Amino acid sequence: MVLERQRTRLIDTQEQPERQSEPTGAVVIAMAQIAPRLGDVATNVARHVGILVEAAANGAGLVVFPELSLTGYFLKDLVPETALRLDSDEIATLCAACVEIDALVGCVIESDDSRFYNAALYISGGAVRHIHRKVYLPTYGLFDEQRYLATGDRFETLELPLLSRNAVRPWHGGVLICEDMWHPSAPSLLARQSVDVFLCPSASPVRGVLRGAALGTAQSYDVMTRTYAQLFTAFLVYCNRVGYEDGVKFWGGSRIIGPDGAPLDEPAGSDEALIYQRVERSALRRARIETPLLRDERHDVNDAETDRIRRERGSTS
Amino acid sequence: MVRDGSALLEIDTGLVASILEGFIRDEVHKVGFDRVVVGLSGGVDSSLVTALASNALGPDRVVPVIMPYRTSSPSSEADARQVSEMLGTTPELVDISPEIDAYFARFPDADRTRRGNKMARERMSILYDRSMEHRALVVGTSNKTELLLGYGTLYGDMASALNPIGDLYKTQVFALARALGLPEPVLTKPPSADLWEGQSDEDELGLRYAVADAVLYHLVDERRRPEELIALGFTPELVDDIGRRVRASQYKRRPPLIAKVSKRTIDRDFRYPRDWGR
Repeated sequence: MVLERQRTRLIDTQEQPERQSEPTGAVVIAMAQIAPRLGDVATNVARHVGILVEAAANGAGLVVFPELSLTGYFLKDLVPETALRLDSDEIATLCAACVEIDALVGCVIESDDSRFYNAALYISGGAVRHIHRKVYLPTYGLFDEQRYLATGDRFETLELPLLSRNAVRPWHGGVLICEDMWHPSAPSLLARQSVDVFLCPSASPVRGVLRGAALGTAQSYDVMTRTYAQLFTAFLVYCNRVGYEDGVKFWGGSRIIGPDGAPLDEPAGSDEALIYQRVERSALRRARIETPLLRDERHDVNDAETDRIRRERGSTS
Repeated sequence: MVRDGSALLEIDTGLVASILEGFIRDEVHKVGFDRVVVGLSGGVDSSLVTALASNALGPDRVVPVIMPYRTSSPSSEADARQVSEMLGTTPELVDISPEIDAYFARFPDADRTRRGNKMARERMSILYDRSMEHRALVVGTSNKTELLLGYGTLYGDMASALNPIGDLYKTQVFALARALGLPEPVLTKPPSADLWEGQSDEDELGLRYAVADAVLYHLVDERRRPEELIALGFTPELVDDIGRRVRASQYKRRPPLIAKVSKRTIDRDFRYPRDWGR
């Protein structure tokens, strides 16, 4: 299926024979704001491959897909039925499509001991390079993730292979899946390991339509994405899905925020779209000179205070 | 002091219309259909749903079915026709009097509640038949107020494949209907199920919608405790009455109970999304 291209920020390819070699260290990141077919992994895999081919042809270095982009979100008992093992044919197919381009793909990963994780896979150079297993599984209101899924327990950064090619310095990324973003310790832990770009796949549903508070969830994400980008002086790629599942609408609004906290463009709407954005490595340096928050961060104080609080109040506080 | 819900429940009508029209389009197309049928009474709920469906799918893909009984108010049918004409849809008329009268000839002592329920289920039965003929889905017209209060006929007007307005209180239905430009009589006449002459929702419920909506909004959406509502100026009797209606009608909002004997019982530990594979 051809995606409507809302805003193509692409420089045409003749001007960019060497993708990442210009002085600004510019790369093109694409956000695949799609509506996965619920529980139909085969169809979704084929869709992903098509998008990767298109985005690679258009010069993108990375495509970020939404949370659970291979399965859809409200899976319930479909979780074990749609789960993939890392050695599955489906993952092999996606790896084969990620030779000239990187992808962050959402799926349910089954472990050897039959636990099922809401995961995001970073695929590059024909192989899975990194897996983030969602740590914070919302289980309240319309969410029921902990009933079906196991929780992850790590926030690790990764070197972004294709983005790193020809760059003066490597790009470091960190993944936060949707609800992970609602816990500020998560981006903080990633930032401590050095993050240039937060990759945030999401399946955020519409709730709240009262006048003046239009689309409450979208406003929350507006605040969070801008705040994290600015406070951790890093890019933040937010890719939310669209479409409806059992009457629940996902609002899209994918965007990239710069390390000064300013969006690079208006957020996308709530239709399917493949959105390209040119991102300059040099913007990180400029932002960190202007606002050296990372330099000034007191990890020693944080550690000492964490120890003290644990001593005084126990480990759950 | 009793507060009504008008300010509290103000919605962004443009946003809500786009969500609901998208919902109709998406959920209808996803299951392989492209048309819907709606029971159009000329009241605000069914008029709004017909308008949303018409905006979502195009007027030629919406079949409003007008189903009067001989005691129905003639103005209802006139309003329904006006709505349909305004939207550019082609309505069908099915008079339910013959079958209703034939049935109650056998039960002449039936009270008006039984008669009302029977009419609601007769209309449901007709809608599902028309939907088969048109290869269309039945779109429901029950709003959040009546669903929460249990003011509807189970397997009658509450039956549908999709309900775009089930999360909107009556006050919000009126606001959206006004924003979509529905005809004035639809927006101003007192809400009525029109099951018998002179019937009025608010008389029958013993509640004004504006007040019921405010109480329900505080209890349901805001999860306020009854004491808090009383502190806000609602009478204890009113708060208690509405809470009791919500509890008493819970069964109407759930599928029938299934006696559990196996390891995996439908809807209890066999849980799949309805949009499974869509």
